[in-house]
Amino acid sequence: MSTATTPTAYNYKVVRQFAVMTVVWGIIGMALGVFLAAQLVWPALNFDLPWTSFGRLRPLHTNAVIFAFGGCALMGTSFYVVQRTSQTRLFSDSLASFVFWGWQAVIVAAVITLPLGLTSTKEYAELEWPIDLLITAVWVAYAVVFFGTIMKRKMKHIYVANWFYGAFIITIAVLHIVNNMAMPVSLFKSYSMYAGATDAMIQWWYGHNAVGFFLTAGFLGMMYYFVPKQTERPVYSYRLSIVHFWALIGLYIWAGPHHLHYTALPDWAQTLGMVMSLILLAPSWGGMINGMMTLSGAWHKLRTDPILRFLVVALAFYGMSTFEGPMMAIKTVNALSHYTDWTIGHVHAGALGWVAMISIGAVYHMLPKAFGREQMHSIGLINAHFWLATIGTVLYIVSMWVNGITQGLMWRAVNVDGTLTYSFVEALEASHPGYIVRMIGGLFFVIGMLLMGYNSWRTIRASKPAEAQAAAQIA
Amino acid sequence: MDINTLRGIATIFAMVAFIGIVIWAYSAYKKKDFDEAAQLPFADDDKDQLTREQKDTRSKENE
Repeated sequence: MSTATTPTAYNYKVVRQFAVMTVVWGIIGMALGVFLAAQLVWPALNFDLPWTSFGRLRPLHTNAVIFAFGGCALMGTSFYVVQRTSQTRLFSDSLASFVFWGWQAVIVAAVITLPLGLTSTKEYAELEWPIDLLITAVWVAYAVVFFGTIMKRKMKHIYVANWFYGAFIITIAVLHIVNNMAMPVSLFKSYSMYAGATDAMIQWWYGHNAVGFFLTAGFLGMMYYFVPKQTERPVYSYRLSIVHFWALIGLYIWAGPHHLHYTALPDWAQTLGMVMSLILLAPSWGGMINGMMTLSGAWHKLRTDPILRFLVVALAFYGMSTFEGPMMAIKTVNALSHYTDWTIGHVHAGALGWVAMISIGAVYHMLPKAFGREQMHSIGLINAHFWLATIGTVLYIVSMWVNGITQGLMWRAVNVDGTLTYSFVEALEASHPGYIVRMIGGLFFVIGMLLMGYNSWRTIRASKPAEAQAAAQIA
Repeated sequence: MDINTLRGIATIFAMVAFIGIVIWAYSAYKKKDFDEAAQLPFADDDKDQLTREQKDTRSKENE
């Protein structure tokens, strides 16, 4: 696949690379998730080896799905969207290429170091300091390419999707650098600069904003381009999208303390986190409604277009999980839900239902275009994937709700004399059926991803270099 | 300054900023700009159409 070097063409090479790796890392990361789910059903699958134990593979799963699958989807779509809505080629081809290969190198480094037990132990920021430095370099290059492209845009306005992508890029840079400040003691070991409750607060300021900016703002950028594009009508209210943008980025940054209810964190900080999380419902739902209403007058398209179904169901799950989140941030609800499987269910309502589904829909739209094909090889397979993904997500969420509430109630139950009614193992035993259902749900989701892999492969195989080159021409 | 005064000022600032953004976003003089911006995803539509038509012609030629 040759890249057109004429300045009258978009750089689709890097878009194609990221699109393919989105599918590849999606399959790997989610398959790893199913394996971990199976370990919780049959603990023997730990194989009694340190490298395959749950504690080491779990961060590999989260890194693979968030940063490898989600990261490739965000980088690929942002490069595609920024070029097309700016009507100009990427700022620099070589830097874009560095972003792609650098990011893949980060992921490979994670695949090697995490099973070896090399970790800074910060959740979602486990990678050790040399890899953190590489991430910083790649991220700066990413920002230069993205904002450089916006600066040389041919259009007067900066489309709202680019605002969301831009906020995601800037905020992640800040979060990554602040949270990973550490003192290296050797090549593979470092200690955080922060201690105690401060460390916890910085960690969850990072952690929740990874949710807010990586997993939300970035994917909202995706939503604001691909939903109008697939529906073939402009977004319901551009004005609402502006209020949505400023309210969302203004509020998310405060919500982190809800991860630390009833801990050593000062009470006022906990309350602040709770209140800000509750207010966050407003912009979240504003954005969801804006996306959904884009379909008004075009709802019939859902009957025939499974890609649009992916995008709309993603919005529905987004609405559901952004209602659930504020509710769980209320301290009295959190007293029941925290440390139970309810949290894991909530995360996956967002991760599978929102992040994965919107990315899958976006890639199904973008991949054929970047390869110069009219559409994916098989629309029927997209439809099959849609149902597998939806059923899988529902099975996952429902089983974790049941498990979470069961665990929460069993852990807090006390006898008249004040002793605990249930031992921990009894609650674990009660969770076993839920773990089986969760694994089946995950399996559904991965089978869908395998269909996507096959469908993508057939689409790419049918692509001719000349077609791909023609598709990249700027109108 | 008392920390609570600072908190009060910060809250009022946030509220004024929010109301300001809403008024700005919904003001009549920005309507044209925003309507233009909302069309940006479709700036390439002519070209997509063209590529499809070329493809149709090609496939017809092959038949």
